[in-house]
Amino acid sequence: MSELLQFLFSGLTVGAVYALVALGFTIIYNASDVVNFAQGEFVMLGGMITWFAHAAGLPLPLAALIAIVATAALGVAINKLAIEPARGAPVVSLIIITIGASVFLQGAAQLVFDKQIHSFPAFSGDTPLRIGGATIQPQSLWVIGGALVVFAGLWLFFTRTLLGRAVLATSNNRLAAQLVGINTNFVMTLSFALSAGIGALAGVLATPITLTAYNVGIGFALKGFAGAMLGGMGNPKGALAGGFLIGLIEALTAGYLSSTYKEAAAFVVILLVLFFMPQGLFGRKSTERV
Amino acid sequence: MPRLTAKSATLLVLAALIAVTPFFFPSGYYYRVGALIFVNGLAVTGIVILTGYAGQISLGHAGFAGIGGYACALAPTHLGLHPSLAVVLGAAISGVLAYLVGRPILRLKGYYLAVATLGFGILVSMVLNNERQLTGGPDGIAVPELGLRGLLKDWGLDLTNGQFWYFFCGIALLIGAWIALNLHQSPSGRALRALHGSEIAAGTVGIDVARVKLQAFVISAVYASVAGSLVALQNKFITPDVAGFMHSIEMVTMAVLGGAGSVLGAIFGAGILTLLPQALTVFAEYEQLVLGLVMMLVMIFLREGLLPSVLRKLRGRGE
Amino acid sequence: MTLLSVEGLGISFGGIKAVHDVSFKVEPGEIVSVIGPNGAGKTTLFNMISGVYRPGLGRVVLEGEDVTGMAPFRLAQRGMSRTFQNLQIFQNMTVLENAISGFHLQEKGPVLADLLHLPSSRRRARAADAGARALLARVGLERAADREAGNLSYGSLKRLEIARALAMKPKVLLLDEPAAGCNAVETEEIDHLIAEVAASGTAILLVEHDMKMVMRISSHIVVLDHGEKIAEGSPAEVSRNPAVIAAYLGTEEGADADG
Repeated sequence: MSELLQFLFSGLTVGAVYALVALGFTIIYNASDVVNFAQGEFVMLGGMITWFAHAAGLPLPLAALIAIVATAALGVAINKLAIEPARGAPVVSLIIITIGASVFLQGAAQLVFDKQIHSFPAFSGDTPLRIGGATIQPQSLWVIGGALVVFAGLWLFFTRTLLGRAVLATSNNRLAAQLVGINTNFVMTLSFALSAGIGALAGVLATPITLTAYNVGIGFALKGFAGAMLGGMGNPKGALAGGFLIGLIEALTAGYLSSTYKEAAAFVVILLVLFFMPQGLFGRKSTERV
Repeated sequence: MPRLTAKSATLLVLAALIAVTPFFFPSGYYYRVGALIFVNGLAVTGIVILTGYAGQISLGHAGFAGIGGYACALAPTHLGLHPSLAVVLGAAISGVLAYLVGRPILRLKGYYLAVATLGFGILVSMVLNNERQLTGGPDGIAVPELGLRGLLKDWGLDLTNGQFWYFFCGIALLIGAWIALNLHQSPSGRALRALHGSEIAAGTVGIDVARVKLQAFVISAVYASVAGSLVALQNKFITPDVAGFMHSIEMVTMAVLGGAGSVLGAIFGAGILTLLPQALTVFAEYEQLVLGLVMMLVMIFLREGLLPSVLRKLRGRGE
Repeated sequence: MTLLSVEGLGISFGGIKAVHDVSFKVEPGEIVSVIGPNGAGKTTLFNMISGVYRPGLGRVVLEGEDVTGMAPFRLAQRGMSRTFQNLQIFQNMTVLENAISGFHLQEKGPVLADLLHLPSSRRRARAADAGARALLARVGLERAADREAGNLSYGSLKRLEIARALAMKPKVLLLDEPAAGCNAVETEEIDHLIAEVAASGTAILLVEHDMKMVMRISSHIVVLDHGEKIAEGSPAEVSRNPAVIAAYLGTEEGADADG
């Protein structure tokens, strides 16, 4: 029983990171219909920049803040320089562009930082908490809490603020949003900043547990995307639930089946979801108009 | 004068390039680079059929290259097959696997298809990395000698190892290009290009979209598999990297860089992207940076790819 | 046996009944027009008959076989073809190749023969090529054969789409606004073409806004309003029908907001 609880704890922890990445995917997807394969690199940058700034002597909170702001700025730059100019291009082109951005960011991280694995101290120490015979790192609570707080914040933003509603309106119909006077370019900028910032936050929170290196991004991107798809592409609730589910599936596979193939579990699940319910758990069917 | 068809023109240009470039090689090393370009060109020709003709993306085709490569490593030792038959066996396994995986996967479109194929590729590379007893794990495994070079020597044709693989892969590429060009103008190829243009309209003229997509997927998987086999046989060694995510991305990038719609363009793209790291060896750490930049720039500014865009420019000036 | 019979067809999108309980029959060589104000559900009806949407209710019967919700390519094999309101042309091909695609069912063969360029493959392709050129001549596009389809004018694309649909010698041809966006001359050409095709025995199901054309060529008219059939009959009967007049008058002010 305590063994199961232990697996659940670790599943919730990585699941929270995947959920944050999935939320990042969702924000950009809703605003622009683009699936940003560079999403995982934001997580990597969050971790790497924080480590770099912290190692340079800055206090951890300041280093983390710099990492989040810098990554958000990079997200905006990617939109302006690579995605906006390709508006209206076929999906295949957009996939290659965002993967190109991802490869580029990895290459840049190798040069600016290095190829080593890094970490920084956990926020509230390393003394594990004992719950029901299992243990959990205090940092895990930070990660899980972070995912929930971000989700709640996004929910408030999208339902309670004018700006948030403008983003939603743009995602429903870009042209109509323009016609009622919404600055859709600003909405896009905001979406990329928000999405990249959330990714970086995930990296900041997770790095003391998962560690970071220039090449960790693609794994996060795939799992996050799997979570977003599982929950139903474009649905924030689905992204949250899907991310946690992927984390749990992975942890349970590692615990009970095979730790070498825990990564495979996420993909098998996602392939099954795609075949049997492509609209995901919370998604809606769409009809193609001709 | 009878007009040269696009097909014969492409094949002539390719054959001429393969035959003539060795005269300009400063050293034997360049045969190796040439052979690598041809093998990559072969794999990318498969991507042309899948992406350029049929408009479907795959981010997992390196998985098939891996199967082709490891077939050449494993079948001779475990099944006692001659390496040349191992190539055929690998292609058959890849084809069957592509059929089984493709049936459900190809119902998906765009991003979903991209992620599903990516997932498939990662599963293959995971198996190759983890099944150490069989595959040797991340360190790789030795591949037996093909033996054809010795045979040719007995017949009086004495080639260095580099020369042999250069011409052998060159001929394989020519055959691959010939087949892809045949397909382009054939009824089956037209059906592929039709579904690329409009799946809905393709259905109304009676094209079984799911079926022809699957054909393209299987054919392109066989191309990747044969290319993987040739790499393994040439190097007499193989590691799971051949099936890795980056290799899948490279294949797609080569295709779109040169122009996924045209066989010659895509082979051209394979050439550039194969030469790039050779030219950048001094700056090895810039390789990823440059690759990413190339991917973005080509897709933003030269959406049809390098070769078709340049040809269009030239033609525009001629008129 | 009736060629095409639509029986109580209906579909809802998000709780709204887009089409409800529509029935009619089409016989060989007939030109049956579906008319109605904008948003009456004409295209949705077409999409259900041609297998693009799966109907929520009712049946589509083609030559006695229930083909409800069958995939478009299977319907094509059974002799149903269509064109689209917003053109579905293969933009990545030449005009000739678009027309050849219409011969897919006749020219398709083993993929291996195509890969190896075997004589059988060449024979199939040659036959389709000849057929396509003849069809292009019939719709007046023979001189554009080698142009990229994307570069044609709207009216030419409309005719190309009809040519492609005719290539498969359909028993039933669904035409969704074939004359929309065409000038008077082009409309008349299309008008003649439709009459000619019908005279050769192909049944035509037509959605069209050009009332003059509809009244001139239809053997039979079905009138939809708000997704329901409100009248059916010969052009003369329909034009006298009070319900039809009311439906059209009721939307008079929106009549030029064509869609």
